[in-house]
Amino acid sequence: MSHQHVVYMDNNATTQVAPEVVAAMLPYFGELYGNPSSMHAFGGQVAAKVDQARQQVADLLGASPEEIVFTACGTESDNTAIMSALASQPDKRHIVTTRVEHPAVLNTCEGLASQGYEVTFLKVDRQGNLDLEALAEAVREDTALVSIMWANNETGVIFPVEDIAEICAAKGVLFHTDAVQAVGKLPINLGASAISMLAMSGHKLHAPKGIGILYIKKGTPFVPFVKGGHQEHGRRAGTENVPYIIGLGAACELAGRHLEEENTRVKGLRDRLEQGLLAVEATMVNGDPDRRLPNTSSVSFEYVEGESILLHMSDLGICASSGSACTSGSLEPSHVLRAMGVPFTAAHGSIRFSLSIYNTDQDVDHVLEHMPDIIAKLRIMSPFWQRYQKEECVTPGYVVP
Amino acid sequence: MWEYTDKVKEYFTEPRNVGEVEDPDGVGEVGSLACGDALKLTFKLDDQGKIEDARFQTFGCASAIASSSALTEMVKGMTLEEAEKVTNKDIAEFLGGLPKEKMHCSVMGEEALQAAIRNYKGLEPLPMEEGEVICQCFGVTDKEIQKVATTNDLHTVEEITNYTKAGGGCGECHEQIQAILDELWENAPRPVEVKPAPEKKPLTNIQKMKLIEETLEREVRPALKADGGDIELIDIDGNRVLVSLRGRCSSCAASEATLGQFVQTKLREFVTDDLTVEEVKP
Ligand SMILES: Cc1ncc(COP(=O)(O)O)c(C=O)c1O
Repeated sequence: MSHQHVVYMDNNATTQVAPEVVAAMLPYFGELYGNPSSMHAFGGQVAAKVDQARQQVADLLGASPEEIVFTACGTESDNTAIMSALASQPDKRHIVTTRVEHPAVLNTCEGLASQGYEVTFLKVDRQGNLDLEALAEAVREDTALVSIMWANNETGVIFPVEDIAEICAAKGVLFHTDAVQAVGKLPINLGASAISMLAMSGHKLHAPKGIGILYIKKGTPFVPFVKGGHQEHGRRAGTENVPYIIGLGAACELAGRHLEEENTRVKGLRDRLEQGLLAVEATMVNGDPDRRLPNTSSVSFEYVEGESILLHMSDLGICASSGSACTSGSLEPSHVLRAMGVPFTAAHGSIRFSLSIYNTDQDVDHVLEHMPDIIAKLRIMSPFWQRYQKEECVTPGYVVP
Repeated sequence: MWEYTDKVKEYFTEPRNVGEVEDPDGVGEVGSLACGDALKLTFKLDDQGKIEDARFQTFGCASAIASSSALTEMVKGMTLEEAEKVTNKDIAEFLGGLPKEKMHCSVMGEEALQAAIRNYKGLEPLPMEEGEVICQCFGVTDKEIQKVATTNDLHTVEEITNYTKAGGGCGECHEQIQAILDELWENAPRPVEVKPAPEKKPLTNIQKMKLIEETLEREVRPALKADGGDIELIDIDGNRVLVSLRGRCSSCAASEATLGQFVQTKLREFVTDDLTVEEVKP
């Protein structure tokens, strides 16, 4: 296994740290170990590098550096945004979000609902899209925050967050977006948008795990989530994770340079992969095919189960994810596919391929060479496939959203 | 990633006895697409009444496929009397064990075998009608829960979920599962050693009141609030705890069950076990 060539198509889970990023970080584990808050020049030189990283992040997002706060991960950024909106507007006790958010937002909001806050979880349609009119109606006088992800981690479906931000701004309501999957894959210009807060995470764009940022638009009321020292202008206490911050800065600069490639070459690979997989009988793509991240494809192979598919893929060195029950860590298929009303026949057999700039034509060839056999092997075993082939009715049984 | 034994991996990658026996003597089908796994088992008997051939078709994860394949290997050569005694535990042991969250795969094997034998005898596939469906999400009956709990010595709702999936969906049946377990093990005390209860000093009235209040606040109210309801402590009279329910709870048909089982269980767990809870209607 360890010597086998790995075809990594699970970049929405995490990405390879770019060699340039590793190189940028290394000195700060070694000789340049100073504390950026120190008064001496030894620490001061480190502070200058942290400032530079902040600028690099801001440049990728079209923001200004004072609007960037470094955090320990995307999850912390999401939590901070939500809790800050509530803490800074104590008389507003309503939140609007969606049913397809990442657990970082979803579970936080569910927890708040059980503490007496009111939360509206907006539905999505079969394609994974939101109804913006329903959204506008859900926003009320006492809404403290609307929190809606920019792009979905499972299907890649993109929400029109810039439009949503306008709707919220017109009503005087704060808007946060979990852009963990969007940054580096979509052009983002926060200076020209009404988005109040935005979360991103380093490890989805070739920086290490355990570093993130929260963007806080100038003029947005803010109450810190991690309290303590004066770091990050009092907005996030704790001595800065210097090497990781510098790594994130380098990764953002690279991401800016690779953005076009993501949307041309990587998208081309994704499309070729997807077309090739759709040639397998009884397969379908989950999520709006036209409003998707360029790197993501959620494909369902009907009548077979995701974990079985993944294990056979893994034996061939191919890495991907599934939304099936057995892999979602619960006994039901992923909440995203359920919210979309994907039929059970497809939800259990869903595989998410997520590519990056490190993928090649050979990678796609390798997957396309082996996937049909894997699916065929499992389908021979599947009682439902036998029935489908005999054209007996296999009640698809739609997942109740 | 799951920690599968080499045997599970072997039976998953190179499954034996895939397919259907021609002209089968017994056919057993369990599971469904909705549940995420399903198994169709067919067997044929030889002239001595022994299982000559057994084959399977499975939709499911690696451990479901491995359990099914293992089952077919195990029962070949058995008489039906012998096969009837095969339990999910035997299947799991044959495979060198399964992750605890995957034990339901071995239970599916046992159920398919039972169904196939019943089919041979001209009986209905699964005695669903004999039981009451407890878990609506996965269609699991009280009889199945009792059987699996007895065979595998299961005492908690979580274990039942691992073995049958019951309670793994919306979670609304957790109390009912607990009640089934309570009833089952009350009559047959835990075979594992029972820890002697730590000697408790009787609580003073003030201590008791404080504990009841704390327990309601910490253990009960948040759960009710999650369903849009609330609970208020009206009075404590000896061991009778009088409460009133507000919001969604009070109009809900499950109100009595909520009180009797949930609040009382919590109070007995955290205060003393001779408390009874009564609802006062406003
Ligand atoms: C959409 C989305 N939000 C939040 C997160 C959490 O980010 P992190 O792993 O940095 O906490 C992830 C990734 O896991 C994600 O995909």
